[in-house]
Amino acid sequence: MTNPNNATITTVHTAEFTAGDALKIPTLRILRDDGSLYEGAVAPELDKATALKMYDTMVFIRVLDERMLAAQRQGRISFYMQCLGEEATTVGSAAALAEQDMIMAQYREQGALRYRGFTLEQFMNQLFSNEKDLGKGRQMPVHYGSKDIYYMTISSPLGTQIPQASGYAYAQKLRGLANTTICYFGEGAASEGDFHAGLNMAAVHKAPVIFFCRNNGYAISTPASEQFVGDGIACRAVGYGMKALRVDGADILAVYQATKMARDHALKHNEPVLIESIAYRLGAHSSSDDPSGYRSKEEEEKWRQNDPIARFRLWLVEKGWLNEADDKATIEALRTEILDALKVAEKVAKPGIEHLISDVYAEPIPALQQQLDELKAHIRKYPDAYPVTAGRLD
Amino acid sequence: MAKMNMLQAINNALDLAMAKDDGVVCFGEDVGHFGGVFRATSKLQEKYGKARCFNTPLTEQGIAGFANGMAAQGMKPVAEIQFADYIFPAFDQIVNETAKFRYRSGNEFNVGGIVFRSPYGGGIAGGHYHSQSPEAYFAHTPGLKVVIPRDPYQAKGLLLASIACPDPVIFFEPKKLYRASIGEVPEEYYEIELGKAEVTQQGKDITILAWGAQMDIVQKAVEMAEKDGISCEVIDLRSILPWDADTVAASVKKTGRLLINHEAPLTGGFAGEIAATIQKMCFLHLESPIERVCGMDTPYPLALEKEYVADHLKTYEAIKRSVNF
Repeated sequence: MTNPNNATITTVHTAEFTAGDALKIPTLRILRDDGSLYEGAVAPELDKATALKMYDTMVFIRVLDERMLAAQRQGRISFYMQCLGEEATTVGSAAALAEQDMIMAQYREQGALRYRGFTLEQFMNQLFSNEKDLGKGRQMPVHYGSKDIYYMTISSPLGTQIPQASGYAYAQKLRGLANTTICYFGEGAASEGDFHAGLNMAAVHKAPVIFFCRNNGYAISTPASEQFVGDGIACRAVGYGMKALRVDGADILAVYQATKMARDHALKHNEPVLIESIAYRLGAHSSSDDPSGYRSKEEEEKWRQNDPIARFRLWLVEKGWLNEADDKATIEALRTEILDALKVAEKVAKPGIEHLISDVYAEPIPALQQQLDELKAHIRKYPDAYPVTAGRLD
Repeated sequence: MAKMNMLQAINNALDLAMAKDDGVVCFGEDVGHFGGVFRATSKLQEKYGKARCFNTPLTEQGIAGFANGMAAQGMKPVAEIQFADYIFPAFDQIVNETAKFRYRSGNEFNVGGIVFRSPYGGGIAGGHYHSQSPEAYFAHTPGLKVVIPRDPYQAKGLLLASIACPDPVIFFEPKKLYRASIGEVPEEYYEIELGKAEVTQQGKDITILAWGAQMDIVQKAVEMAEKDGISCEVIDLRSILPWDADTVAASVKKTGRLLINHEAPLTGGFAGEIAATIQKMCFLHLESPIERVCGMDTPYPLALEKEYVADHLKTYEAIKRSVNF
């Protein structure tokens, strides 16, 4: 651009609208429902071990979600969020990254977390907010995070991770690291101001970040059709001068391929890329939500047939890497393993009272120490009212 | 030592911090080549390159979010919000993210490297969108530190301490004093401890507490009162969060009286917090009600600024009211 407006001037002499739907973003599909490849499609290079790790992660998350939603219904944990229907989205994208690429997720990306190696015990400790939770029992269930595996702790406010991912990736670039940051968010969160702020900052400052929009059709009850009018989210990238990709989010091979390509581009050119994955949030928004109030069983049933795990399984069986019978045994074993871990975690003590004030600052400020001392004196007076901490104040 | 105005002292602090640590990066609207609308970041881009001192798009929430991300990676962003009046689009990023980053992750991650610098306060004919003093909003947020300097020496030492501090700091700069306040400032690196008030003048009849640009205002009132034979002890709070209740209480136990002066509106202002704490700590020592001389509970005016502000005359009257109670 040579003009001060940083805009290309293509002159016309008759006023003419550019239509809001002028831009059509293609959707990448590689794997058919029956496990075969689309004609002309080429599967990404995946060795057997990686493919099976991806598959095992999806299955693990499916079983974990089923088991923990049940635990919530039984009153054993306060809250839960499933990833149902989006397992390929979160696992396929995480598998395309390097281990030290930072993941900044929204909250439904347990597939990415598990792929990085978050252990069953770590999941359970967070869900039960016990003293072994890395987050010290401070956040509602599913707000996972781990420095060791480059998974940024989840924050409830929507979209706040978007400009943060831009800054994190910019810092990676300044440090000369050959790493990128992936930032997950939903199509609803893309309505937040932070989406605009973050994408524009990343584009202007050339941050190697992958913005990964999980367009799953719903923001709690609000359908995507009431969230925006444009063609999905991917088209917005073009407005920021950013490359965009759209993929079938139930097609793990397409998600993997798109994310690999985005990562390569981001690192090679120090540019952000926006990926939009088209999937369906098959479960409720959370354990506090009931989708029967805003969508039909028929609609859900239709999407249930579009199962990302079943599709990938057929491909793996076809390749001779997986055998159906083994799979059933694995799922049974997982159910038992998860239940056992749950029983252990729910008996672990809650964090000690010192963690009321730790980590607010690097060191507690004097006023906080004083408030804690006063609280301890109060609890000593009424120990029965504070059974979690009364017996271990010192 | 060199004579510097407050902007030069701040610029010098940023220069030293950037030279000392590669992780220190300065950015904000017009901060790059131009050096900021007030020139606080003057020449830093020339010296340290565009990657470490740059303009951002016009997006305060973007600036704050970007700073959070950089700090989470381990860098030390010093982000400028061009006017404190424009910090509110960044409020969510600061209050819900910056302030809670360490806590919510159980110390897996933190953004302690952050300093948000922002010019605040009136006296420049700025009306209600270039004059606000929003420190109380942030003082209500556990996890943040809030610092306000009164002169060039303080500005440099407190800013360097804020950058070195392992917690996120909001550093409000009294823009009225940017060029008006001139003083001797050491050229070398030094820090002034955060969270500590300073007794700038000893006295025995009443304690006068203020911060930032109001320190000059209360000083004028104190000089008037002294002509009436009233001995004033003057304290610069310097850190609003955490604030040094012990120093204030020790002084009030000695004088028996307290007057708090701030630019921000009275209701919900930080003076209320101080008054509540000090009456508890010093109840039996108080000779009169704690006086608050503050801005009125209106948006900051333009044409009627002189009438509105917590000036030396209102302060002088309040001193007499307190002493003659």
